[in-house]
Amino acid sequence: MSDDRPEITRDEVAHLARLARLAVTDAELDLFAGQLEVILGSVARVSEVAAADIRPTSHAVPLENVYRVDEVRPSLPREAILAVAPAVEDDRFRVPQILGEEE
Amino acid sequence: MSAPTYEQAVTAFEPVFGLETHVELGTRSKMFCGCSTEFGAEPNTHTCPVCLGLPGALPVANATAIEYTIRIGLALNCSIASWCRFARKNYFYPDMPKNFQISQYDEPLCSDGYLDVEVDGQSYRVGIERVHLEEDTGKNTHVGGATGRIHGADYSLVDFNRAGIPLVEIVTKPVPGAGPLAPAVARAYVSELRDILRALGVSDVKMEQGSLRCDVNTSLNPAGSSEWGTRTETKNVNSLRSVERAMRSEIIRQAEILSGGGRIKQETRHFQETTGTTRSGRSKEEATDYRYFPEPDLVPIAPAADWVAEIRAGLPELPAARRARLQAELALSSDELQQLANAGLVERFADTVAAGAPAGEARNWWLGYLAQQANSRELDSAADLAISPAQVARIIELIAAGTLSAALGRQVVDGVLETGQDADQVISERNLGLVSDTSALTEAARQAIADNPDVAEKVRGGKLPAVGVLVGSVMKATRGQADAATVRAILLTELGVAE
Amino acid sequence: MTELHQLSAADTAAAIAQGEASAVEVAHAHLDRIDRTDPAVGAFLHVDTEGALAAAAEIDRRRADGQPLGPLAGVPLAMKDVVVTHGVPTTSGSKILQGWIPPYDATITTRIKQAGLVMLGKTNMDEFAMGSSTENSAYQLTRNPWDLGRVPGGSSGGSSAAVAAFQAPLSIGTDTGGSIRQPAAVTGIVGHKPTYGAVSRYGLIAFSSSLDQAGPFGRTVLDTALLHQVMAGHDPCDATSIPQPGPDVVSAARQGARADLTGVRIGIVSQLTGASGGYQDGVLARFADAVALLRELGAEIVEVSCPHFDYALAAYYLIAPSECSSNLARFDAVRYGLRAGDDGQRSLEEVMSLTREQGFGAEVKRRIMIGTYALSSGYYDAYYGQAQKVRTLIAEDFRQAFTQTDVLISPTSPFVAFGIGERTADPMAMYVNDLCTLPASLAGTPAISVPCGLSDTEGPALPVGLQVMAPAMADDRCYRVGAAFEAAFTSRHGAVLDQIPDLGELAMAAAATKEGQR
Repeated sequence: MSDDRPEITRDEVAHLARLARLAVTDAELDLFAGQLEVILGSVARVSEVAAADIRPTSHAVPLENVYRVDEVRPSLPREAILAVAPAVEDDRFRVPQILGEEE
Repeated sequence: MSAPTYEQAVTAFEPVFGLETHVELGTRSKMFCGCSTEFGAEPNTHTCPVCLGLPGALPVANATAIEYTIRIGLALNCSIASWCRFARKNYFYPDMPKNFQISQYDEPLCSDGYLDVEVDGQSYRVGIERVHLEEDTGKNTHVGGATGRIHGADYSLVDFNRAGIPLVEIVTKPVPGAGPLAPAVARAYVSELRDILRALGVSDVKMEQGSLRCDVNTSLNPAGSSEWGTRTETKNVNSLRSVERAMRSEIIRQAEILSGGGRIKQETRHFQETTGTTRSGRSKEEATDYRYFPEPDLVPIAPAADWVAEIRAGLPELPAARRARLQAELALSSDELQQLANAGLVERFADTVAAGAPAGEARNWWLGYLAQQANSRELDSAADLAISPAQVARIIELIAAGTLSAALGRQVVDGVLETGQDADQVISERNLGLVSDTSALTEAARQAIADNPDVAEKVRGGKLPAVGVLVGSVMKATRGQADAATVRAILLTELGVAE
Repeated sequence: MTELHQLSAADTAAAIAQGEASAVEVAHAHLDRIDRTDPAVGAFLHVDTEGALAAAAEIDRRRADGQPLGPLAGVPLAMKDVVVTHGVPTTSGSKILQGWIPPYDATITTRIKQAGLVMLGKTNMDEFAMGSSTENSAYQLTRNPWDLGRVPGGSSGGSSAAVAAFQAPLSIGTDTGGSIRQPAAVTGIVGHKPTYGAVSRYGLIAFSSSLDQAGPFGRTVLDTALLHQVMAGHDPCDATSIPQPGPDVVSAARQGARADLTGVRIGIVSQLTGASGGYQDGVLARFADAVALLRELGAEIVEVSCPHFDYALAAYYLIAPSECSSNLARFDAVRYGLRAGDDGQRSLEEVMSLTREQGFGAEVKRRIMIGTYALSSGYYDAYYGQAQKVRTLIAEDFRQAFTQTDVLISPTSPFVAFGIGERTADPMAMYVNDLCTLPASLAGTPAISVPCGLSDTEGPALPVGLQVMAPAMADDRCYRVGAAFEAAFTSRHGAVLDQIPDLGELAMAAAATKEGQR
């Protein structure tokens, strides 16, 4: 199956790491590139299965229309959630400078 | 080369626009948890493991939000999906507790509808691509930096009260063919949409509070060409007038670039209230890959046909139908009706008539003095003024009864807007009633004649128009609280002159 | 004399109910056992002595008051650290959650508390449940009580080792691709993966949402069924939880213990017999013995073919990483957990990336990247999309097979417990541990692992597990057949766990080996 193996370069790994917010090291880039290539090569064989007209599954016991009633339930006490936060100011979560724009 | 005028821009090019509108639904609880949606609470007091994205938390969909979305889809003439799913839209941002948003991707709940709007007597059909359901994000406050905006901020503070509030996204199909009226048509669409949402009772649609948000997409085709131009997306459009201004500004900006042989960059821009122009934001050249996949923590939505039928049967009278009915009932011309609709005043007008006012008077007040007041307060519409149709009807009634003059009526309106009291309270507290005591008026008339002997002579001599000066004098003496016609009559009588 | 910590859960509950021992005494007995044995085994990340004794005291108080108590009241339990416990540290085996004290309880935590179970503490696991040996824990190694130089399986290795080491009669694990069944098999105990949706996932730190299920471990099938009954049931906080009540697994276990399987049709899945090689001889030998025993009990054994099972591994290692790449995005240094590199100069994006780089281990990072790749536009259809279709085909294979059979069987794992460090260099070498367990995970159908003997072809005598799979919602069949097999096997050979070496001796031997190596 090695001919179907997708080529995973250092750059590709760096790109995936960026998308996933992982500051991978240089050493990791090489290690992961090799490992990912092997793993992806192995999982690529799902494409061998003829499944054009098959509907994808996610549930053994198919459920539909599961809802909750629109009623207010108690929220968590604010002290409880802020107590575990890395940084808090003015009862809000404090984060360092954001570079990206809102969606 | 100097910037083209708007007229030049729309001569050389044909604008094509689209709108993406986000509506915060007025459900009591959030989309996927039971936290309250009430506006204005202390930061982070309406949060729980689910809407905070704590490890282990799971979403469960709000039934009322589903129903409201179907209502909106039906009102916009959409097909309602018989089976669809939520999807995860994956990206990192600090106001997103899970760093994915539960939304819908290729299976929206409602699709393929339309909304007809009228501008200057011409009807335009705005196609609706989709109406889908998703969750709102938290709110970032940027600290440090001059403008409170993200650029130059030192750090940010996040409040998750808003995270998880149900949001409906309504996306139009691209709308060509409106020509120079494109901005007006866009505005009319948002206005009509807002009225529909209010009539459906699904949202309080307050643009200034953020429960209705618009992104405006604009592109230009060379005149006569069928090739679609590159479009830009403009955000931070917070009022109806901004919709129009933003599009006008974008049309001019794009026309200048294209006329100069340049290329439009596909990007997100931000509308700036103060300058009325758009500023470049994030480049959309490299579209973000959201890695959508069906939300595994939720099960499909499969609205039963009879449930959808029930919702359809329960829809209230929509604004368009209401206008048609009012037009017939109140014998208004299309133009009259359109004027009211353009000003967002059909409901106010109808309610004023329902409260007893004659249609003509109601129209005049709303389109006249009240519209002016809205304008001077920079409101989108007189409908946003703090005066109810019942109050307006009362004022009209009092004028008809002779208790107020039109001028006094305007003062009463001012009083209501200022104090929030009702018309009668304002009148009594500010002593605004017309002086109806004839003897007092006669007294004042005699005084005016005594004070202006030359003018009195002129009138006696046959120059009737000169009596206006004396009328003015009496009005001044009575602080405007006299009916001018009555005063004139009394003066002429005193002067011994016949009409 | 049987010591308190050697009793089954059922017997412990009976002893407490009959006043022979107090819940506090029982708790102390197990806490002492942990004190003596966990330095060698390393099953626990956190022992909640105070909480356990308080819960036990409460049971004693209620019993003294004459209040009715549930069938497992006072029985100690170990909880996998992937389950959120209010006020008790929860790490999911990861540094990124070091020190996190949850402000809420998982639904299953609430249920075990309401049932009067006494939670002793949180057990070690592969980080975020990704692994088959518990070696991916960011905190410590857990060693197999059968041989301290070997792994206890994973990812629920701590929970499994705790029960095998008699530190608790019951424990809770989670199974995504085999993480309850495989550790149970390699430590010689019983472990069950319920039908997907039978047990609430609310409060389970998510790895792969459409595959994760919490489930029970016990030393006997009955004990396991008793815990299953407490855990299972519809939860309105979990939209994927099944509304209908599940089958009565306790009655099924009791009935099964009569060891009569007349008329029961059992299928051997030809794709899971190691026919194409790779399964250890000892495993295959014990499996063959198990088949023979089942036949003796009156079962009709047939061979069935489930051709798409050959694609289970590939489909799993696309679906699970994809879902986890999204599920783990929430660990971003904003609201809880580790924050690294925030020196006042760096941007949020940098702090987030540094935090995740430091907070996540290698296996987690690998799977996040695979998942990110598989979901990328341009790749979705070929990878994630296709894998979900293969999943439908696997479920269809099961459905077909169940038209001819009542249950399907296979070895639980191709291998017995392997040496610590033996498979850590090559991810694929680790993944193949799951070959037999993956199909039921993908189909969402229930499966149990029961001990079926010892293999000695790989060195010391090490446990082998028999996997029994049933259709969705038919967990009772797993328990019935499992109980029947257990009763018959035990009456012929004694309980597998009776043969576990003395832990004290093992620890001393291990220490001696270390000395000798210096």
